[in-house]
Amino acid sequence: MAKEYRTMRNDVTLPYQWALGKTWSRFFDGLKDGRIQGTKCAGCGRVYVPARSFCPVCFTDTTQWVDVKPEGKILTWTLVREKYLGQVQEPPYVVALIQLDGSDCGFSHFIGGFDLSDAGQLKRKLKTGAKVKAVWSPVRNADIRDITCFVPVE
Amino acid sequence: MGNAVAIIGTGQTKHGRRSDVCYPDLVREAVTAALEDAGITLKDIDGIVLGTMPSMMEGVSSTHFYFAEAMGSVGKPVLKVETCGSTGQSIGHCGFFWVASGMADIVLVVGSEKMSEGDGQATMTTVFDPFFQRTFAAGAPGVFTMQSMEWMYRFKIPEEKGREAAARISVSNHDNAMDNPHAHIRTRVTMEDVKNARIITYPVRLLDVCPASDGACAVIFATGEKARKICRKPAWIKGLGFRGEEFFYGESDKAIWMSATEAAAEAYRQAGIRNPLKELDVAEIYNPFTYQEMIFYECFGFCPRGEAPDYVLKGTFLKDGELPCCPSGGTLCSNPIGATGLIRLAEAALQVTGKAGARQVEGAKLALSHAMGGVDQFNGVTIVGSEL
Repeated sequence: MAKEYRTMRNDVTLPYQWALGKTWSRFFDGLKDGRIQGTKCAGCGRVYVPARSFCPVCFTDTTQWVDVKPEGKILTWTLVREKYLGQVQEPPYVVALIQLDGSDCGFSHFIGGFDLSDAGQLKRKLKTGAKVKAVWSPVRNADIRDITCFVPVE
Repeated sequence: MGNAVAIIGTGQTKHGRRSDVCYPDLVREAVTAALEDAGITLKDIDGIVLGTMPSMMEGVSSTHFYFAEAMGSVGKPVLKVETCGSTGQSIGHCGFFWVASGMADIVLVVGSEKMSEGDGQATMTTVFDPFFQRTFAAGAPGVFTMQSMEWMYRFKIPEEKGREAAARISVSNHDNAMDNPHAHIRTRVTMEDVKNARIITYPVRLLDVCPASDGACAVIFATGEKARKICRKPAWIKGLGFRGEEFFYGESDKAIWMSATEAAAEAYRQAGIRNPLKELDVAEIYNPFTYQEMIFYECFGFCPRGEAPDYVLKGTFLKDGELPCCPSGGTLCSNPIGATGLIRLAEAALQVTGKAGARQVEGAKLALSHAMGGVDQFNGVTIVGSEL
């Protein structure tokens, strides 16, 4: 059926220049200096990382900045085996939600620092609740990859 | 709830790889089928609601222009609504709101997607913010798998048990799709096939994941008065609920999932449902991932938290079980995303009007339909019944 009718190839490529604003500029300036910063809601007391300009629950401005530790625990993870357009790492690699010590939410990042082809080691190291710490990139550009990945703490 | 509203007609395309038609012709196929089913013409339609995924999915922006003639909207009011995967429920709700408000008598609702034309995973990755999360998105499977892992950890569900139950869900959805002439994937699979399929995002394997489909669905909503006049057996809207939560994936509890739980609870309140497992006759759940289907069972009150795998393993949700889920083969076997949530509603309407053909659940009178959208962020539920 498909053979009978034509298709036409066309690629759409569009450039964007995204504004980060005051709060997220400060967050990424902090990463460049080796600091992970959150903001604390004066209403409910939750600490958000990445920092937020307002509390999504209370809808009030979050004006108090706090440093959180570059370490925390794994909330959940998965091993990505599939390729797709725009991926920044070649599969296989591990993505995870990490609750940084001193924060009240999950932070998305890579987990690495060991051989992913060994399934036994993978499951042993990646237990939900396991401790991990940040590995800082030698080159920093004030973006999310100023942290290379998180690695398990033995 | 507003004025009484009923569904008087539904239409679906054959879903799958539809390179035999251009996108507007695909849409027209569903619209024509719905008009025929209702026994009315475009002249009877007062307004049109449509929805799709983000424009990048097919590379044509603002498709209400592209589809204007195909939907029969020339000279009529048009509303476009877009909430990612939950679009199909959102447009259904808008059709309901328009008629229930008394501002229109008959409204045509159209959902569509032509996923074979673009890059589905790359498009869905653009739903994530560009600064913090997109780098780690891994398309839809990455997040839905992490959610499933968190759920299994929270409720101490052993990996093997989760795997077994998810494989059962894959097998039963594929079995059900054999009865559905519209379904994209119509192939039987075995437990071994599912467990040995290649890993996409561990522990999720290829047969735990929906296909990328082309397809469209149209549903016609009418006032109670018009429905009684035009339609021998309308499907009445009994209740609906929609909830959203925070954008950043790590900021809300996806193992409990407030938006799914509260959307269903709201719909149950309106429909007067207290015990969904006992009172519902059939459910069409948005299930692009086998593991995630189990989280929905718990959010919708079909079983206690953490016990969905036990209920799956004892056959509660099979076609001949206590509450059949996705007798159409579900999203797992057809997923033209912008249409999918509306297909769930259309299938629920077919069930309560006895028009579901080989996939009919005998005597079904009350049905739940559902869709989920974004990074686990939005959930919508609509309940239909054979009686007002």
